[in-house]
Amino acid sequence: MTNQARIRNFSIIAHIDHGKSTLADRLLEMTGAVDARDMREQVLDTMDLERERGITIKAQTVRLTHRDEGGEEYVLNLIDTPGHVDFSYEVSRSLAACEGALLLVDAAQGVQAQTLANAYLAVEAGLEVIPVINKIDLIAADPDRVATEITNVIGGSAEDVARISAKTGEGVEGLLQRVVGLIPPPSGDPEAPLRALVFDSYYDAYRGVVCYVRVVDGRLRSGFKLKFMATGETHDAAEVGVLTPAAKPVNVLEAGAVGYLITGVKEIDRIKVGDTLTDAGSPALEALAGYAEPKPMVFSGLFPTDGDDFERLREALEKLRLNDGSLMWEPETSRALGFGFRVGFLGLLHMEIVRERLEREYDLDLVATAPSVAYRVTMPDGTIREIKSPQDLPDPGSRGDISEPYVRAMILTPSDYVGPIMELVTAKRGEMGNMSYLSPERVELDYRIPLSEIVFDFFDLLKSRTKGYASLDYEADEYRTADLVKVDILLNGQPVDAFSAIVHRDKATDYGTKMTGRLRGLIPRQMFDVPIQAAIGGRIISRETVKAKRKDVIAKCYGGDVTRKKKLLTKQKEGKKRMKMVGSVEVPQEAFVAALRVDDDM
Amino acid sequence: MTCDGGLLSPADVDLHAEAVAAYVHIPFCSAVCPYCDFAVVAGADEQIGRYIDGVLAEIEMSPRWRQLDSVYFGGGTPSHVDPAHLRRILDTLASHHGLADGSEISVEANPEDFGPDRASELIAAGFNRVSFGAQSFDGAVLARLGRRHRARDIEASLASARTAGFENVSMDLIFGTPVESDESWVATLRKAVALEPDHVSCYALTVEPGTPLHREVKAGAAAPDPDTQADRYETAEQVLGEAGLGRYEVSNWSRPGHESRYNLTVWAQGEYEAYGNGAHRFVDGVRSHNVRRLDAYLGRIERGERPISGSEPVRGWDGEVDRLFVGLRRSAGVGPGPGVDALLGSRGGDLLRHAGVIDVREGRLVVTRPLLTDEVHRQVLDLRPPQGWVDAPERDNL
Ligand SMILES: Nc1nc2c(ncn2[C@@H]2O[C@H](COP(=O)(O)OP(=O)(O)O)[C@@H](O)[C@H]2O)c(=O)[nH]1
Ligand SMILES: [Mg+2]
Repeated sequence: MTNQARIRNFSIIAHIDHGKSTLADRLLEMTGAVDARDMREQVLDTMDLERERGITIKAQTVRLTHRDEGGEEYVLNLIDTPGHVDFSYEVSRSLAACEGALLLVDAAQGVQAQTLANAYLAVEAGLEVIPVINKIDLIAADPDRVATEITNVIGGSAEDVARISAKTGEGVEGLLQRVVGLIPPPSGDPEAPLRALVFDSYYDAYRGVVCYVRVVDGRLRSGFKLKFMATGETHDAAEVGVLTPAAKPVNVLEAGAVGYLITGVKEIDRIKVGDTLTDAGSPALEALAGYAEPKPMVFSGLFPTDGDDFERLREALEKLRLNDGSLMWEPETSRALGFGFRVGFLGLLHMEIVRERLEREYDLDLVATAPSVAYRVTMPDGTIREIKSPQDLPDPGSRGDISEPYVRAMILTPSDYVGPIMELVTAKRGEMGNMSYLSPERVELDYRIPLSEIVFDFFDLLKSRTKGYASLDYEADEYRTADLVKVDILLNGQPVDAFSAIVHRDKATDYGTKMTGRLRGLIPRQMFDVPIQAAIGGRIISRETVKAKRKDVIAKCYGGDVTRKKKLLTKQKEGKKRMKMVGSVEVPQEAFVAALRVDDDM
Repeated sequence: MTCDGGLLSPADVDLHAEAVAAYVHIPFCSAVCPYCDFAVVAGADEQIGRYIDGVLAEIEMSPRWRQLDSVYFGGGTPSHVDPAHLRRILDTLASHHGLADGSEISVEANPEDFGPDRASELIAAGFNRVSFGAQSFDGAVLARLGRRHRARDIEASLASARTAGFENVSMDLIFGTPVESDESWVATLRKAVALEPDHVSCYALTVEPGTPLHREVKAGAAAPDPDTQADRYETAEQVLGEAGLGRYEVSNWSRPGHESRYNLTVWAQGEYEAYGNGAHRFVDGVRSHNVRRLDAYLGRIERGERPISGSEPVRGWDGEVDRLFVGLRRSAGVGPGPGVDALLGSRGGDLLRHAGVIDVREGRLVVTRPLLTDEVHRQVLDLRPPQGWVDAPERDNL
């Protein structure tokens, strides 16, 4: 049993690549949680994809033991957070379980967009923020400048900013002392009825749903009958424990503690992250403040290349959701692509990760349609309908205004690039807000931009126009009406639903020309000319033609060739069967993938 | 079954289904052309005698049959071996199966092997049709194709054939070689028709896997362009047509009555025996073929075994599909039958018809855009029998 005064709960927050995982490794090592012998890089990043891409997707948590100079022992619960904008809701979840946060900033790169976004989240959550400059071992490190940037953002004085190298370990010991000295201990009431926050959960094939919990008041004892206050469900606490980082069962988690809980529940959606646990026998009166459920912002149709894989895709999505509650989908039918799902994602990275996991871990071959946002359409009867797929957009005659989601985007950039960024934002229909200097060389720009433009290619363009120096963070903002149209792509006169897109009227011709041009290169010649058209309503805005093939015949077929030629042609036929028939046009699977790839020229 | 006089009528083409034929493979060549993927050998002339004995033995091993309406010696280069060898084979075929009166006896020849003596010896041996591998009258094309003759050898060999008494002379041409131009192809066609052949075959140069040409193309050499080849094909249609040669199959033209009877038998799904390494036959509803390697073939024969290495029964529904497969390359197309109904009733058949690739004319299914025949074939091979279809029980052979 640990006295609350000896507990510190904290997170590390940082822009991606500023060294969060590396610092976590050092802390684990220095506190003896992980033997130096067993040390492998980025211990907390367990998913293969996290290791490969070097990003943290799921928050992890670990209990460390630290002995200060006076020999006093402290329990430090480190709650890792993801560093990408798509997963900012996970950051707020983690922060809700803490009293303090280390704001980690790269000594060479300085403050970036997610540094700011995360810092604001931590301040809003009322946490003690300890600023830390990392990577001071780098030759390009400029800790004095970075310290000024940080204090311009969160206040305080430059002397209070810790300077460390997570790589070499320099300054990390001192940082531990600051954690103990500056972060307030938990202050819940151990004698009050139990209240514990479920701040994360994941699915374990053997144990079922594992909840990460932060006990705020009272005690969470193994064997308790627990009540989940939001869902109203009651479950037994089959096992409670701490993560060292290996799971270690304990009898009781006291007020202030962080640990895990297993109830035997197998269905992840029965446990709501953000819920408050209490003792079913003597429940607390009031639940803890939860947090908003993440809302998907980007939607894309996922279709199995092989129609027979539809059920497998559904099962795979269900399994993925066990560990990713933000994943949502509904069935979708495409005339061109058959049966699939319209899946909602938190952002583009999330979309990419999910797709990759489906293909890699579940061995599926998928076609994904171009990402879209959720539009709101006013219907003639005044109701508002949400449109997540261009296919579902009613004709202009039978609808009123369309509005689209905007985001509030925060861009941090060296001041040299302000001009090009303003140009870009204007081209992307953005609206300029505040501009403030973090230092003479670094500027924070504040914009309102349609999410659809960000989803399209904004991030890549921003990076290329600023040589990679600008960083972006955004959050959902209001909906605004806009002059949006649906561009249809027609093959041989037949619209192909998978290629339709909702775009701003000014960009419609652009989209049409690029799409028809691409498709012309991707669709093989057929027995007849195939016109490829882009159209708004009935009006054609661009056109290309795949000329009819003229020769498709074996030169010789004599007595000696019959069997061989039959085999050859049968094989060709099998190849053709993998094509999708769109009306009377054969379209190879790859054409869908390639045409819908949002890259280079689009 | 003669087809003398008049255009080839649909009824005539189908009569060939009743004919029986034989193919004899002579694999020897002086050199192997870079585009060739047949079962051929060069520089193995010392094996010729042993091989001929092998073929004779194979004929003796095969069941006796009806009289042959046509015999075709192909290769390789039959004109590369001594006509006396070919004569022994022909004599054995005559005594084993019998040759029908007026049967067509064809031999393939290369212009460089073919002088007046050779021509007379072949006539004396019993041949009455000769088919020359002329390929082109353009020296650059001949060189690219690795051919060893010149344009004037073609003229000389045709003259020798006529003088010796060949009344049925054919010529093969290849178009679309990357070094060929539109003008050079027209010139080749004009020179060809000026020699008044009875029959002309025109083939688009094809890059077959495993050939030296294939390796060259993979390494970056120019490949034949299908659109150019389509243009050249249309030119051939025109020039040959004007010279009185009518197209009766995708790649074959002839004066009326000079169609290749051996090939008409194959395309009418008639039966044919075959002898030699890699040779294919169709007997008793089964397509089968011999081992392709020369040494393996001889080994089998010399152990007293028939050298068959694979077979595909084409009875019942498969037989009907096969009938369309071999028959649809003919201009006369195929007569009615369940396969035709199935094709016309299928979605693929519908598309083909809408695209103007097939049509029904006078009750027969014909391919109206011969350059897209493979589109039709892929569809035909995919046809399923109509509901309730039962393959007729196999007839007893004999
Ligand atoms: N030179 C140096 N490199 C560091 C330091 N800390 C982290 N890195 C490197 O910076 C990169 C990103 O670190 P990582 O911990 O994955 O960042 P995260 O995205 O915030 O988790 C990795 O290549 C680390 O090895 C440091 O103190 N010094
Ligand atoms: Mg990381």
